[in-house]
Amino acid sequence: MYDFELTRPTSLADAIKALGEEDAQPLSGGQTLVPTLRQRLAMPSTLVSLTGIEELKGIKNEGGTLTIGGATCHADVARDGTYPALSELAGLIGDPHVRNRGTIGGSIANNDPSACYPAAALGSGATIVTNNREVAADDFFTGMFETALDEGEIVTGVKFPVPEKAAYVKFEQPASRFALVGVFVSKGADGVRVAVTGASEGGVFRWSEAEDALSSNFSPDALDGLSVPADGMIGDMHGSPAYRAHLVGVLTKRAVAKAG
Amino acid sequence: MTDVTMTINGRAVSGAVEGRTLLSTFLRETAGLTGTHIGCDTAQCGACTVHVNGASMKSCTVFAQEADGAEVTTIEGMANADGSLNTIQQAFQDHHGLQCGFCTPGMVMTAAALLKENPKPSETEVRDYLKGNLCRCTGYHNIVKAIMAASGQDVSAIAAE
Amino acid sequence: MPADGGIGASTKRREDIRFLSGTGRYTDDLNRPGQAYVFFLRSNVAHGKIKSINTDDAAAMPGVARIFTGADFEGVGGIPCGWQVTDKHGQPMQEPAHPVLAQGKVRHVGDPIAAVVADTAEQARDAAEAIEVDIEDLPAVIDMKKAVEEGAPKVHDDLTSNLCYDWGFVEENKDAVEQAFQDAAHVTTLELVNNRLIANPMEPRVAIGDYDPAGDMSTLYTTSQNPHVIRLLMGAFVLGIPEHKLRVVSPDVGGGFGTKIFHYAEEAFCTFAARALKRPVKWTSSRSEAFMSDAHGRDHVSTIQLALDADNNFTALRTDTYANMGAYLSTFAPSVPTWLHGVLMAGNYKTPLIYVNVKAVFTNTVPVDAYRGAGRPEATYQLERVIDKAARELGVDPIALRRQNFITEFPYATPVAVEYDTGDYHATMDKLEEIADLSGFEARLAESKSRGKLRGLGVNCYIEACGIAPSNLVGQLGARAGLYESATVRVNATGGLVVMTGSHSHGQGHETAFPQVIAEMIGIDASMVEIVHGDTANAPMGMGTYGSRSLAVGGSAMVRATEKIIAKAKKIAAHLLEASEGDIELKDGAFSVAGTDKSVAWGDVTLAAYVPHNYPLEVIEPGLEETAFYDPNNFTYPSGAYACEVEVDPDTGKATIERFAAADDFGNIVNPMIVDGQVHGGIAQGIGQALLEGCVYDEDGQLLTGSYMDYAMPRADDVPYYHVDHSCQTPCTHNPLGVKGCGEAGAIGSPPAVVNAVVDALQRNGSSITHIDMPLSPSRVWAAMTQ
Repeated sequence: MYDFELTRPTSLADAIKALGEEDAQPLSGGQTLVPTLRQRLAMPSTLVSLTGIEELKGIKNEGGTLTIGGATCHADVARDGTYPALSELAGLIGDPHVRNRGTIGGSIANNDPSACYPAAALGSGATIVTNNREVAADDFFTGMFETALDEGEIVTGVKFPVPEKAAYVKFEQPASRFALVGVFVSKGADGVRVAVTGASEGGVFRWSEAEDALSSNFSPDALDGLSVPADGMIGDMHGSPAYRAHLVGVLTKRAVAKAG
Repeated sequence: MTDVTMTINGRAVSGAVEGRTLLSTFLRETAGLTGTHIGCDTAQCGACTVHVNGASMKSCTVFAQEADGAEVTTIEGMANADGSLNTIQQAFQDHHGLQCGFCTPGMVMTAAALLKENPKPSETEVRDYLKGNLCRCTGYHNIVKAIMAASGQDVSAIAAE
Repeated sequence: MPADGGIGASTKRREDIRFLSGTGRYTDDLNRPGQAYVFFLRSNVAHGKIKSINTDDAAAMPGVARIFTGADFEGVGGIPCGWQVTDKHGQPMQEPAHPVLAQGKVRHVGDPIAAVVADTAEQARDAAEAIEVDIEDLPAVIDMKKAVEEGAPKVHDDLTSNLCYDWGFVEENKDAVEQAFQDAAHVTTLELVNNRLIANPMEPRVAIGDYDPAGDMSTLYTTSQNPHVIRLLMGAFVLGIPEHKLRVVSPDVGGGFGTKIFHYAEEAFCTFAARALKRPVKWTSSRSEAFMSDAHGRDHVSTIQLALDADNNFTALRTDTYANMGAYLSTFAPSVPTWLHGVLMAGNYKTPLIYVNVKAVFTNTVPVDAYRGAGRPEATYQLERVIDKAARELGVDPIALRRQNFITEFPYATPVAVEYDTGDYHATMDKLEEIADLSGFEARLAESKSRGKLRGLGVNCYIEACGIAPSNLVGQLGARAGLYESATVRVNATGGLVVMTGSHSHGQGHETAFPQVIAEMIGIDASMVEIVHGDTANAPMGMGTYGSRSLAVGGSAMVRATEKIIAKAKKIAAHLLEASEGDIELKDGAFSVAGTDKSVAWGDVTLAAYVPHNYPLEVIEPGLEETAFYDPNNFTYPSGAYACEVEVDPDTGKATIERFAAADDFGNIVNPMIVDGQVHGGIAQGIGQALLEGCVYDEDGQLLTGSYMDYAMPRADDVPYYHVDHSCQTPCTHNPLGVKGCGEAGAIGSPPAVVNAVVDALQRNGSSITHIDMPLSPSRVWAAMTQ
């Protein structure tokens, strides 16, 4: 690793101030960032650790909306259970040690194309809360490893409307155990959402044809004959674009069946 | 350099560290506790698993400064007060849950975390919980068996020996 | 049996105490006073000409002690190859130079170009980034068949081509094999790939060079399966240090699986640099570095053909294999596809005619060498897959076809030059049918179907050759080392024993199992015996631990030395008991005069040996220490039958292992618990090869599987509990313990079982698929299903 200053602010205000310094970068759970630093693939001058900021931690359930602090670890979300599909998804991320350290804010901000949380956020119609504003998930995830976050802006929380029905089905990449494809479906007040992670070169996306079909008939059969085009899907040693496209169909059906 | 102090296996350990100093490095080099092993650089193998404030973590993904003031438990702190192997360690020996021993500290720390959360896990739950810990020697059979046994469950009927 | 376990007891491992309490001592746990750290700047291209290296800026960076490049190794030996294969024309293989640091060209991603030694590891890495290297990219050769085409770019410009050797075995049989194929009633042909693997012991390699100018003494601490071999190769061939001035120490070793047999450039570098700088130099491999610098395994592309007569008897077998050597010849690389592969091609079957052709090829990839099983898994996989395919083509039961062709008379001389001493292949198959509950398969199949899953059953046999020997034979076959083992047994005055053995555990439990043997021989507690290994300053000589040889060869050396001890102790006892030596019996730790109640305890005899007041000094020397070298007169031949049941998800192609059973014949067993563990681990690696693992290069020679993010290691949830059994025992006839070898069996026997099972599942579902290349990842199985 290149060396850097590590600061551990205890308030959000101090963190934002520290992030204003040149080449400063936020450090959340570090489960992706630390290995990246160890490979010398990043060279921040200052890392601002968010793990000591209590106001960024915790889960609140207010009137059918679950608000999760950005520095809340996956294990806490997995244990919560208020939004069962979300808790199950959190419990499928990485492994127990990763879940004790990795945070929802870090995952959402990183927007790894194979990460689970972006599917939950997009598939639930969540709102991403930053230190400056609130951004709808639909507008937040802008591409592989790209988000609407500005320089120095951090995810302070995520607001999930708890839907009537929801489920996540993940098909693991055999090595990394990230999602080769993961599908999150929900049926709530604002309709049906189908969000797909792991598959597309553009990162997490909504499968609108499936949403339309499911809106009138929320059952696996409604998806018969529907498929996503292989064009634009990720192709690598773990699966061709055609395979990923195929899995999107299979997993969406399974997720709908699971959501009931 | 920044001074940090943490309580490791009940003993206060202080040292001056850089921003980039990992907890695993601090444990091995500053505290002299070499039972925490480094098996990869992508946070996948789990050989460096320790408990920080009671939660299992891969110490190669935590900076030493982030553990300032924390209670850390490593494999060296797992034995009974009289120095004998604790229940989990003893079950690993009894059921041959280790061969080369390199992944073993991480496995024991993970097993301890699991049994704290889930005192009577099923085989599936054990295997799922071990997802973040690679072993190349045992084929996991005897690790799973040892953890089941450590939880007080009867393992005499598990497959053949 | 001794109270704490003799031969046959599942004695708990004594080494576990330190491993479980975090007090094991691995190489990276060692640090020498004043030590510096080295970082290797490695090539990021697969093939290129080094036009210039400028280290000026780097050398001026903080903490840098010195920067070495290939130029510093002019006149120093290269990394040697320990085995010379002779090709089918009687010519020696092409053997390229392998410099410690690249000279002139880089030949694979990871080839070390320069080495920076600095006060800290991070300083060394910082400085390495400041080295300016100008490399002219050259076209890389990755695909073996393209590499041997006319006009292909050459990995080594001074060789005539990329063909290391073209080996035919047994060349004299070639025409008869051809005739048998012409006469065959049925011929089954199968093209297959034995996928390239990365051994991935959990402990990455580490080397620390140390130098004591006072005594002109070099010490290398290294993660090795065979420290004496490293001392010999590095001292004699690379650095020119005589063995009495060079000590190699391997403390606890965190797994090896073959890849820690070989002598590596980093070991030679650290030893060399420590002498140059008069300062200890340490290298700790990162896992990322390990992926591109540890020798890889397997990587064969084969076509195998089996000829059968009208009654389904095997009449002939032939196979053509391309074997990847990588960019340089690693220590034992040439022997793997030849003498560890061709000679196993008869398997468990009485096929009368066999011809094996192997073309070993240089490519711009990491060197390939032995990995758990080494050659034998490649042979077994081809053979057991082609038999399975033949059974399906002929519509006969795969088990019945195997049984019909089993060798049943022993000793049996195969047409591929080896003689099996013992075995009972029907017995292991019978045992397999029982423990795998094959009769219950149909019910499990129906249950799987009810859940929408496909189920398949795969069965196969294997035979392997362990404890490679004898030295005079392997010398004729090209080995540049002997393959004996040595042991010194030192008895202390108060009766305890220390065994200094050239075998070196990297997880096998020698510290527990070896004392069980001595305890049994003398009738004392195993706790009175201590095993010392892993240090050339202790054991007289050692060939180390690989090829499932430790107990069969190293254990036999220890038995021979202990027999000498007992013989001498009997002489002393005879004197003390005033009896004739021929009447002295040793039982339960006491010497007695046959037919009398006169006896003397083991401890009294050992005390007399060192305090020889009442002692026949005119006849025998004081002291009680003996050394033996044991050179076996044959391999040992473990065998077995394996069964795997898989479920395949027809929607995703994901295959999961539902049941796995292994019935092995390892001859006599010293510690059944340890043997079980060896088989479990081997099976997991075999399942890993079959379903998960595969090292992938792109066409430019970039390693795509450079970390655990892409190289799929088996995890706990990828495997089930295994049913293993080794109650079928046909003891080896030519070693004193009657033991065979158990370390590699699981990795040899399991891949074909898994692949046979997946093919079975798909065919039961109406598919016409006959083969899928490993690893049978979900995407590959799905692609095959949707062809």
